[in-house]
Amino acid sequence: MSTTSSTTAQVVNNRTAVARRQMSDAAITRLFILPTIILLIVMNIFPLIYSLFLSFTEYSVIANAPPVWVGLENYVDILTDTRFWHHFAVTGRYALASVALQTVVGFGLAMLLRNKFKGSPLITTLILVPMMLSPIVVAKFWELIFSPSYGIFNYLIGFTGINPNTAWLGDSTLALWAVVIVDVWMWSPFVMLLVLAGLSAIPEYLYEAASIDRASGWFQFRRITLPQVMPLLLIAVLFRTIEAFKQFDLVSGLTGGGPGDATQTVSIRLYQLAFGDFDTGKASALAYIVLVVIIAVSNLYIRALNRAREG
Amino acid sequence: MKKLSIGLILVALVVMFGGAVQAQEITELNIWWAEWDPAGYLQQIGNEYEAETGIKVNVVQTPWGSYYGRVTTEWAAQGNAFDMVVGDSQWLGQAVTEGHYADLTEFMTTANDDGVSIADTVTPATLSYYGEYPAGSASYYAYPTEGDANGFAYRVDLFEDPEEMAAFETAYGYPLAVPQTWAELRDIAEFFTRPDDGQYGVGVYTQIDYDAITMGFENIFFSYGADWSDADLNVLGVVNSPESVAALELYRELYTFAPPGTNNAFFAEMNDLFVNGQAAMVMNYFAFFPALDNASINPYRDVTGYFSMPAGPDGDRFAALGGQGMSVNNYIDDARKQASLDFITWFATEEVQARWAEVGGYTCNINVLQSEAFLTQTPYNAAFAESMTFVKDFYNIPEFGTLLESAQRNLHAHIVGGEGTAQETMDNMAAEIDEALADAGYFD
Repeated sequence: MSTTSSTTAQVVNNRTAVARRQMSDAAITRLFILPTIILLIVMNIFPLIYSLFLSFTEYSVIANAPPVWVGLENYVDILTDTRFWHHFAVTGRYALASVALQTVVGFGLAMLLRNKFKGSPLITTLILVPMMLSPIVVAKFWELIFSPSYGIFNYLIGFTGINPNTAWLGDSTLALWAVVIVDVWMWSPFVMLLVLAGLSAIPEYLYEAASIDRASGWFQFRRITLPQVMPLLLIAVLFRTIEAFKQFDLVSGLTGGGPGDATQTVSIRLYQLAFGDFDTGKASALAYIVLVVIIAVSNLYIRALNRAREG
Repeated sequence: MKKLSIGLILVALVVMFGGAVQAQEITELNIWWAEWDPAGYLQQIGNEYEAETGIKVNVVQTPWGSYYGRVTTEWAAQGNAFDMVVGDSQWLGQAVTEGHYADLTEFMTTANDDGVSIADTVTPATLSYYGEYPAGSASYYAYPTEGDANGFAYRVDLFEDPEEMAAFETAYGYPLAVPQTWAELRDIAEFFTRPDDGQYGVGVYTQIDYDAITMGFENIFFSYGADWSDADLNVLGVVNSPESVAALELYRELYTFAPPGTNNAFFAEMNDLFVNGQAAMVMNYFAFFPALDNASINPYRDVTGYFSMPAGPDGDRFAALGGQGMSVNNYIDDARKQASLDFITWFATEEVQARWAEVGGYTCNINVLQSEAFLTQTPYNAAFAESMTFVKDFYNIPEFGTLLESAQRNLHAHIVGGEGTAQETMDNMAAEIDEALADAGYFD
């Protein structure tokens, strides 16, 4: 009995080995790729297509009722509602201010840390700490810092003559700036990191040649440093712009979108639509509008990046 | 092969019957509630249930800001992560019409051997607000678990200080005492606002996340004679009536007497202001007052007093309704539903309700509420019992989320952000609520 079993097993093993030997490289490649493709279809492609379908329906995920086809109604509602344009305007202002300041601050920090000095590794590490923190923790932390009663922020900028009781998060005109300040504090190190990588890749002989030609520091910066760093800088700006358009957690933790809707970004509104009003159809439509905007903005950056590389 | 088949069948039978036996033996019950003191008290009561029956009760707590979101996500998944949920009164319409709550009408109204049903044991107002949908239908979906309303805590030492009393009377022309009207409360708040000393008159709700600023405003809104709609659900001219505009102006004024930085404040911030000595009066739900009656938390505990909501210009008194009812998840199996009903039956007995009140819960049981033991148990229970006679609530229709978002955003923009006038704010809000109700088909 045992002899028969071992013989059968040997035959099966031999067949498997032959089958493996007979598989083409393409078949093996497909075999390895298949799990990833299945995962992508289940986790990304299907939700993407299904949410596109839902964006054309009236549907609430908790209503125990099937989606009802309404065509473009959700898109028309969104694009003709002044409140949604307000959210886009808030998001645009926030993204512009935040990314511009991060670029300036991040670039400046990178230039300062470009040349090694005693303690520079430690300082670089410390500067990187904010971007390693959870955004909600950062938001709660800065909520205390901004407190007009006991926060340190008003004290630190007291030299500007600002009212020491200024409620940054409770003032409709200041609240968005407060969120920008926190975002700049948190993410400028990311820009710095990429710019530092770009700076370290610039060949030293370029500066030596420029010095021999008696080029000024400003000329060297404009004609050597900036063009050489530009591809990495644009990548940093691209990432930060995409993130700024999707900003949710910092705003949610700091202001909840308030006062009123003064800091209500598109993502905050999207969350309210999806999980406050449970208007899943309209929320899907808004998500697609945001996706189109992000793709359009990203394309502009990618074109600029390609030009920078070619130049 | 035959042996293998028999073996597989045996394994399948063991799995089947094992599963069936496991399904019938409920050893644990999960109750979801928001993260606050009463949930801790319910866990205490649950531990006593476990000691009696062997069934473990887990009270799973979620912060208030994300509680509704977490529960609705579970509804969306038609999940069984909880057996019972202690839900807000506003949720009723949505949860009932969408089928998330089990119908408890028969369970609540069937009389026991003594001829008393569970519905008979609780006050009619709490049964209606926490358990009934639609209003007046006698269909019940929740057992009134935690009765609650807004009230005020105040510093007795400041109010009874002879120098303060004399100064107040000189300034305002009447004696300093617990305010009987909102106008008096405003004067007292102004009187005690002394930024140079780090002292302010009053703390009021301003949080934008869920419902806090709306609930705080409702206390004045209702007392001034305003309402969210008329009997026919008409909103225009009602929500933006002169009374509601006057109420908003007063609430905004009270916010100017609050400590700076309270632009997104709810119950925790109110108690913080009080124990830090920053505010002479703070608004809060009664459920949060136990912390103020704890000397290790509140250094002013011995000089802390409590009062219920003052009256509006015409003498009307209303308090924003808090509290919740306990409902059974419609997506759990029958055995778990029965186990949940068994727990509620036990929890609703007068003996357990007395114990519930003793540990700090706000019972809705008629007999326990009226007992001398309850009224004198804490310094705020008498004010609570009085408040529960004039509570009033927000919409509880399925669209309440949209209406609440509009109220929160508009109120926060004006009260905290200082945007627009009170009239413009209420006009905007009325128009938005009217549009939302029209979209939902209420005016067909």
